[in-house]
Amino acid sequence: MTEPLLSVRDLRVEFPNRRGTLTALDGISFDIAPGEVLGMVGESGAGKSLTGAAIIGLLEPPGRIAGGEIRLKGQRIDTLSPEQMRRIRGKRIGMVFQDPLTSLNPLYTVAQQLVETIRTHMPLSEVDARKRAIALLDRVGIPAAARRIDDYPHHFSGGMRQRVVIALALCAEPELVIADEPTTALDVSVQAQIIDLIKEICAERGAAVMLITHDMGVIAETADRVAVLYAGRLAEIGPVRDVILDAAHPYTRGLMGSIPTLTQESDRLVQIPGAMPRLSSIPTGCAFNPRCPEAFDRCRTERPVPLDRPGGRQVACWLAAKESAHG
Amino acid sequence: MADPLLQIEGLWRRFDVSKPWLNRVIEREKPQLLTAVADVSFDIARGETFALVGESGSGKSTIARMIVGLLGASEGRIRFDGKDMTEMAPSDLRALRRRFQMIFQDPFASLNPRWRVGDIIAEPMRTFGLATGAEAATEVARLLETVGLSARDAEKFPHEFSGGQRQRIAIARALSSKPEFIVCDEPTSALDVSVQAQILNLMRDLQDEFGLTYLFISHDLSVVRHMASRIGVLYLGRLVEVADAKALFRAPCHPYTRMLLDAVPDLALSGRRRKPVSGEIPNPISPPAGCAFHPRCPAMTEACKQAIPAPRPTATGMAACIRLDMAETAAR
Amino acid sequence: MNRIARAWDSDLAYSFRHSPVAVVAAFVALLIILAAALAPLIAPHDPFNPASLNLMDGFTPPMEPNAFTGNTYWLGTDNQGRDIFSAILYGARISLFVGFSAVLFAMVLGIAVGLLAAWRGGWVDSLLMRIADVQLSFPSILIALLIFGVARGVIPPAYREEMAIWVLIVAIGLSDWVQFARVVRGAAMVEKAREYVQAARVIGVHPVRIVLTHILPNVMGPVLVIATIGLALAIIAEATLSFLGVGVPPTQPSLGTLIRIGQGFLFSGEWWIILFPSIALLALALSVNLLGDWLRDALNPRLK
Repeated sequence: MTEPLLSVRDLRVEFPNRRGTLTALDGISFDIAPGEVLGMVGESGAGKSLTGAAIIGLLEPPGRIAGGEIRLKGQRIDTLSPEQMRRIRGKRIGMVFQDPLTSLNPLYTVAQQLVETIRTHMPLSEVDARKRAIALLDRVGIPAAARRIDDYPHHFSGGMRQRVVIALALCAEPELVIADEPTTALDVSVQAQIIDLIKEICAERGAAVMLITHDMGVIAETADRVAVLYAGRLAEIGPVRDVILDAAHPYTRGLMGSIPTLTQESDRLVQIPGAMPRLSSIPTGCAFNPRCPEAFDRCRTERPVPLDRPGGRQVACWLAAKESAHG
Repeated sequence: MADPLLQIEGLWRRFDVSKPWLNRVIEREKPQLLTAVADVSFDIARGETFALVGESGSGKSTIARMIVGLLGASEGRIRFDGKDMTEMAPSDLRALRRRFQMIFQDPFASLNPRWRVGDIIAEPMRTFGLATGAEAATEVARLLETVGLSARDAEKFPHEFSGGQRQRIAIARALSSKPEFIVCDEPTSALDVSVQAQILNLMRDLQDEFGLTYLFISHDLSVVRHMASRIGVLYLGRLVEVADAKALFRAPCHPYTRMLLDAVPDLALSGRRRKPVSGEIPNPISPPAGCAFHPRCPAMTEACKQAIPAPRPTATGMAACIRLDMAETAAR
Repeated sequence: MNRIARAWDSDLAYSFRHSPVAVVAAFVALLIILAAALAPLIAPHDPFNPASLNLMDGFTPPMEPNAFTGNTYWLGTDNQGRDIFSAILYGARISLFVGFSAVLFAMVLGIAVGLLAAWRGGWVDSLLMRIADVQLSFPSILIALLIFGVARGVIPPAYREEMAIWVLIVAIGLSDWVQFARVVRGAAMVEKAREYVQAARVIGVHPVRIVLTHILPNVMGPVLVIATIGLALAIIAEATLSFLGVGVPPTQPSLGTLIRIGQGFLFSGEWWIILFPSIALLALALSVNLLGDWLRDALNPRLK
């Protein structure tokens, strides 16, 4: 395998509070290869957005990285100063957030924001930066880009605004784009447009994408590989096709079964009993064991270690370990 | 229809979205009206689940709010069990209210944070004088167990529960006046998928157990397919298609319905690409003339820009498209 | 867990324990309030009883024996031989009574107006809020003076002295309700739009009941903050009015009255007559104000 673009090892994020310390992310490890789309999926509170925030150095205090390391092309970035990190954000890592309104400053025109970002990261003149900004807007599918570039964000519709945010994220040719729920705030008919756009543009420019979402459908259509998070831990990671069609972790299987689809015939959906534990009361052993239909003694006492499986997959489950020992 | 429980006839709702009077006079602007719901008619049969599907601005929540009386209708009639609710005396309406309830989208906002769960669930009983004191407490305990919680949970406050558990509490409250009809406004869109499955299964079980009729509002076609027996598709405040659920998914008649279906992500990885649709939903303050969908419609003709298409009968319902013959051919 | 343990464990209690300013402010405020409430038990003299006053004791400096009578007073005496310490205790009692009553009056009026405006909306809301705007464009002390003037004209002279304190309370309360009304209206509009209120409306719960049982408890947080800060303001307003001579009658001197009396002797060397009542007023207003600031921060989720 070529050197990964982003390499996260044993990432641990803690939130100290007055009742002790909550471990919000625990032992998260994954790589993203250059040009690859990695989906990061999980339910609310699983820690998927937190992983993104930790990588770009935007953890909300009192949250802090308490262990592990994050490398961008071999260079450690979790130990950089805020100032150095600020230079990496926008230049080498672009960001697209859920709500386009919060990522754009309502007081400046789209042109002002794009030109400023481009010139912060690239040695271009005002005129050249503007040309580049127009070309970008045109590329993300804004009609009459040369005219609309001088509009304010509120002049654009939701989908168009998200396109502007994508242009903003891409304007310094980043190597990695972190997209946190980029389609959640959009209508279904617009979602597909935005997903296609992210995919196309990143492929065209060779940028890797970390796509954070709760929507398995978006992952299925977009990602090359997918990481499934549960209670701040990695349940499994592998190529999208394998994980979706043949999940190795009981949680992933339950998750897939609970999604209503346009083709299923049964009247009842598969349901996982209970709810994800709060961070303050994660059970010992496997975090999923109280809800797992296949849990056995070892799951209740010992935390499963991520196990490599053929085809570039990894599963943190004792059941899978048992099977591979037998097989 | 055999036995309609709810009949909606020519329902309209307009909102005044003008600036305040003083600003309007100074800036010389005319009053602005937003038509959120335009000429909507449908029936819901006893015991069925009728789903209203649409994207933002389609008017689906406005219709729900008019049915339960949170909003008045600008025009049109709403008949519940044959009685016209728009012309009813307040005292009769009050008695009728016991028979329908509503479940809201956000379980974090739909429960009063300062009330104990037991009081929240008992409020409808107390309001309609169905039960008080110890009798109400027994009933609350029974309801909590019906929705899969414990009787002891009555003592707790909403913040001690997860989103899914709160939605169960909201469902228990809706059931507490022993209603026949429940309006569910996006009841699972704020929940995670695994919890959504629990709530959808619960709602189906309760429907069987109590013979409930649901009006199910959602933007998620996969959820709707799972829950509904009949479906109405809304676009910019107008019903564009009504059909039996199976028929709608097998052979959608209106181009917009087809577009919505194409936009659903494919989880089976069958290789079917979701077809991105061109354009976005227009501003409802100034909808396009003629058929509101025409600027985005792949089958648009000149005639579509002229007149608002009248509903035409289809195999199991209706569709408002002048190119219905063509659409049906395309669907085959 | 019992009720007390749960209260001790709450976020608010935690935030309080970890804010030295709040703890000190609460201690000072409580000390003054207790001392004022128990004034008849603590005070060495009764400053309201002319019989107990000895004019010969006048102008005794603090901690020094009087030249004629040999009596010693901690904080000295005023021109009439009144013990300043006792006068402060009784004065604080009146200041606090006026302050609490005025805030209570403003709070009840403000909550009622705010809830009505938020629930009815439309022209009722516009009308009430324009009245509030108009009132806000006058300095509140001017409004209090105006009310005072009107009351003097209306109330027969025989009752004036007796009624003075109530007139003062109404005057301060009426100049302070706008704050409450605005905050309650804003918070109530937010709650009104929330789904739990809509759920109650769907059931057909009576509007008055919805407002009182659903909305009111959920808007009380910010109201408590304003009430605390309002208490400090009301105490100062009372002092100001009494200082101007339109407040409580001289027979029942509040802290403001004491300061007005002391002011006359400031330049003739009897500094203690004005200094100690001023310190008492400052300590009271400041501690209550700091408590209010802390409460506002502690209840504000954005600052957590």
